[in-house]
Amino acid sequence: MRKSGLLRQEMMWGYIFVLPAILGVIVWTAWPMIYSAWLAFHKWDLFTNPVPVGFGNFKEAFFEDPLFWHSLKVTAYYTIVGVPLQLIAGFLLALLLNTKIKGITIFRTVYYLPSIVPAVANSVLWMWLLNYEYGIINTFLGLFGVNKIDWLGDPKFVLPALWMMGVWGAGGSMIIYLAGLQGVPKEFYEAAEIDGAGSWSKFLYITIPMMSPVIFFNLIMGLIGSFQVFTVSYVMFQGGSGGPENAALFYVVKLWNHAFRYLEMGYASALAWILFIIILSLTLLVFKVLGPQVYYEGIK
Amino acid sequence: MNISKILIIFILCIIGFVMFIPFLWLVSSSLKPMEDIWVFPPKWIPNPPRWDNYYNALTYLPFGRYILNTLFVTFMVLVGVLLTSSIAGYAFARLRFPGKDFIFYVLLSTMMLPYIVTLIPIYIMFKNLGWLDTYKPLIIPAYFGGGAFNIFLFRQFFMGIPQELVDSARIDGASEPSIFFRIIIPLSMPVVVTIAIFTFLGTWNDFMGPLLYLQSPQKLTVAVGLSYFRGMYSTQWNYLMAASTVMIIPPIILFLLAQRYFVRGIVLTGLKG
Repeated sequence: MRKSGLLRQEMMWGYIFVLPAILGVIVWTAWPMIYSAWLAFHKWDLFTNPVPVGFGNFKEAFFEDPLFWHSLKVTAYYTIVGVPLQLIAGFLLALLLNTKIKGITIFRTVYYLPSIVPAVANSVLWMWLLNYEYGIINTFLGLFGVNKIDWLGDPKFVLPALWMMGVWGAGGSMIIYLAGLQGVPKEFYEAAEIDGAGSWSKFLYITIPMMSPVIFFNLIMGLIGSFQVFTVSYVMFQGGSGGPENAALFYVVKLWNHAFRYLEMGYASALAWILFIIILSLTLLVFKVLGPQVYYEGIK
Repeated sequence: MNISKILIIFILCIIGFVMFIPFLWLVSSSLKPMEDIWVFPPKWIPNPPRWDNYYNALTYLPFGRYILNTLFVTFMVLVGVLLTSSIAGYAFARLRFPGKDFIFYVLLSTMMLPYIVTLIPIYIMFKNLGWLDTYKPLIIPAYFGGGAFNIFLFRQFFMGIPQELVDSARIDGASEPSIFFRIIIPLSMPVVVTIAIFTFLGTWNDFMGPLLYLQSPQKLTVAVGLSYFRGMYSTQWNYLMAASTVMIIPPIILFLLAQRYFVRGIVLTGLKG
């Protein structure tokens, strides 16, 4: 009797403890998604009544709005180069930091600090670092005889500048790699050494497979985050203007303009769903292609 | 000390120096008079340092007010996130109830969802509730689960705490809430601190939320204030750097204070499921 009372207690508290989270999913996720899907098939300016337009918003995006394809291209280009760069930089830094040296925590701190700089402050700081006339980056390049580059004024150089910022902030993924590296059992390396393995083959056959779930996690999160980049462009190029020749008109910046500047709630919702489907397909593709390569040790 | 270690230290120093330069440039620029900003080649050490740049930058817009506003929002969010994500994480890790796995996977799947899909409906909802230009849209959502990722981190950590501790407390007649708050939480400081830092950074740095929901000039947060300031003072780099420094300092101090816990929290939760 008493045991079943305990079980009932446990069950009751289980539901009470997860209740806020369940309500959260309903109120902040499930219902908004349904509402957003409904909006995507309407035109609505927030003041008059919503007008159903069928697939009109999607047709407009695909066939009538040239900036749709442009912003998609810019975002994809930013992601395809930026995410791998950041992943590789983070991984290499983590490998360097995973050495037993006195004072290694100081290095760890220095490498991690850039990633906690707030995005707005980061954008303002980099505008100054990248300044055409007096920026420290052009000054440094000048030492090697490189001509001044108009990083934020020349459409060709806008994305490279943003990639550079991304590499500076690679500490965020670095710290996750580092945690993963410290979780690889020492015995694996010792056993491999006994078998006569060199550093390169230890790296290739132990480190990489053991780290593959972490790399995979960082890759997926990096993709999802990068496709939704907003703040940098919004702060650097005055409120969603998109920069020179729209070189930094990222997808979400464009979506923001439609939603909150032109009050086209329906069109913006359609754009949001298109992005959702793109991100979802991309994630599934990554899972399908790379998923089988990921090595999971006995699941805890 | 062998050759390879010396080489690694050498490389670490060079990369570390390069990564630190932007910070030096930030602080150095923030203390220069305007004439020195336009000097080529740049001077690194401002002489004498212009401390009143900070005063001028921070009084042009009511940054003191913005800091208090941001701290208020951050604190309220912290309470909500820590409370509701920890109890949910505990339920998923240690309590048995029908439907647990299903609920957990639904919750995890929301992590993959782009925030942009729900942004417009949630904005309309807050508008209909009359919550625009208040802090409610920034704070209230934190009290509903506090984010799937945080729940996941708590669950991972709690799963590492021996079940016997929980069982013996139950036999002694302790209720589930008192087991959780008296036994589990005191053992879980690394993960609590880790999530507290992530949450602090996320809220302090948040730009899109306050930009969307706040309008009154006196209600803004530091992030939005700084972006307006940048719009008004597009070439006063010394003032802009002073204001940016002020925004960067709190996260850095917090990180340095909690660093030890933080790194341990990440290692222990493992993040790999």
